[in-house]
Amino acid sequence: MDAEWAADLQAVLLTLKLAGVVTLLLLVLGTPLAWWLAHTRSRWKAPLSALVALPLVLPPTVLGFYLLMLMGPRGLVGQATQALGIGLLPFTFAGLVVASMLYSMPFVVQPIQTAFEAIGARPLEAAATLRAGPWERFVHVALPLARRGVLTAAVLGFAHTVGEFGVVLMIGGNIPGATRVISTQLYSHVEALEYPAAHRLAAMLLAFSFAVLLWVYRLRTRGSLLATGPATP
Amino acid sequence: MIEATLALSRGAFTLDVALQLPTRGVSALFGPSGCGKTTLLRCLAGLEHAPGGRVVVDGQAWQDGAAFVPTHRRAVGVVFQEASLFEHLDVRANVAFGWKRLAPEQRRISLDDAIAWTGIEPLLARSTQGLSGGERQRVAIARALAVSPRLLLMDEPLAALDAARKAEILPAIERLHALSGIAIVYVSHAIAEVARLADHVVLMDAGRAVATGLVGELLSRLDLPLPPGEDAGVVLQGEIGAIDAAWHMARLDVSGTTFWARDPGLPIGHRIRLRVLARDVSLSLAAQPQSSILNQIPATIEALADDTHPSQVLVRLRTHAGGGALLARVTRRSAQALALAPGTSVWAMVKSVALLD
Repeated sequence: MDAEWAADLQAVLLTLKLAGVVTLLLLVLGTPLAWWLAHTRSRWKAPLSALVALPLVLPPTVLGFYLLMLMGPRGLVGQATQALGIGLLPFTFAGLVVASMLYSMPFVVQPIQTAFEAIGARPLEAAATLRAGPWERFVHVALPLARRGVLTAAVLGFAHTVGEFGVVLMIGGNIPGATRVISTQLYSHVEALEYPAAHRLAAMLLAFSFAVLLWVYRLRTRGSLLATGPATP
Repeated sequence: MIEATLALSRGAFTLDVALQLPTRGVSALFGPSGCGKTTLLRCLAGLEHAPGGRVVVDGQAWQDGAAFVPTHRRAVGVVFQEASLFEHLDVRANVAFGWKRLAPEQRRISLDDAIAWTGIEPLLARSTQGLSGGERQRVAIARALAVSPRLLLMDEPLAALDAARKAEILPAIERLHALSGIAIVYVSHAIAEVARLADHVVLMDAGRAVATGLVGELLSRLDLPLPPGEDAGVVLQGEIGAIDAAWHMARLDVSGTTFWARDPGLPIGHRIRLRVLARDVSLSLAAQPQSSILNQIPATIEALADDTHPSQVLVRLRTHAGGGALLARVTRRSAQALALAPGTSVWAMVKSVALLD
């Protein structure tokens, strides 16, 4: 029983670490991408938007399968990481981070993009007439006005990473301490017919996910999950 | 001196202007909606890029050939039609937003002055949310002033306000130029605002600057697409020449020509601006000593033009004593009966004048 508890705790901690790292990286990389998507008139906007949104509709196994191929010893990314001396990413924590970032990308990029779009051009123009250069306009005007979108993005990205299963199984395997997260630990419990243990984890995830969504919907009064407007009504 | 040569096409709209404006006083870009005045203002601010255009302000090229100084490096302040305050900052932080980005030696206007001139001290600690429309616009003006601009661009700053709020802000804008010495370019489609504020007027129509001139001359012209009807009239500038305490009246001296009006309670010598509407001026071939009208001014007819209604004509007069042009509205029947024609000497019977400040 103690060993089972310890294994569960290990899975929970690994999940939190994974979700934390993924959320942080996605905020850093996703915010500029969201900014670009919100302001570009490029013909690449539609293809790139579709690419970002792909994980919303794609079975996670498809994404996991191609990532496995790409990051494997004969894949382009795999050969590159080997040449750089990093080794192979599949079945490592780093590989899990990369895969989870792609998988959770739309949940971070879309709320931020919507928030940027809702700000409109006027506050940024006003800032420009007040001597603020492009970077200052972004940091001191756009980001604060989009703060609710950024917050929603962080929470949704975190929650979605916590809840992933298919991609994790494909890329991570189910290695205790390295790639075994809550969802794959739960899967192992069920396979071993340890239903009470499975219940424990399943109920935890259920409660967590509901709490997150409740918080997000409390934050906003109308509109859909991914369309978070700016802080002002 | 502002020199601007700008051409821009946006769908069916074309802006094509070449003009010079003084960098002192208030210059109004005046014209109907869609005439391009806001686009012109945005080009001056650098918010719009008219390729190949040229904008030079007091010898500094803001745009010339391929060179284009971005908005945040132009010594410009802009007040938009909507105040466009930063909702995530309180009033004080809004006012200081641009000021704190200036090098100390560039701060010719202090934060305190910008706040005092717009009368927003009581609002400083407030959030932007609870402010009235008029308060928001005053904060926006203070915020623009605090960057010590060489040029303050105002894009219909009163258009979104009701009459009471307008009455609250207009005097503030009027004082602004006197207090700060900053040249103002003021975009408006409201002739009342232009008459009250502008020294210099650029009349715009369909993307072109059709006329420029001093407000007194330009608004009296009959050959321009000025707003017709009830608003037709002239603007005169002068000073309080005398007060008749017994009758509570003041004599307004406009370079040689005098008008008597209600005593506004201003001291002798005070600079004033008055508006004389065409509908308040009738014509007579002789002075009328037995009339109740006090202001009877000898003048010569310069031109006649059709008014909006076929029964009426507008008559442009030049006062004999100097003091500029007047417009009079008379019926076509009277014009024919009195044989009014260019060159005819008449008496302008001015029923009332409106003191603008």
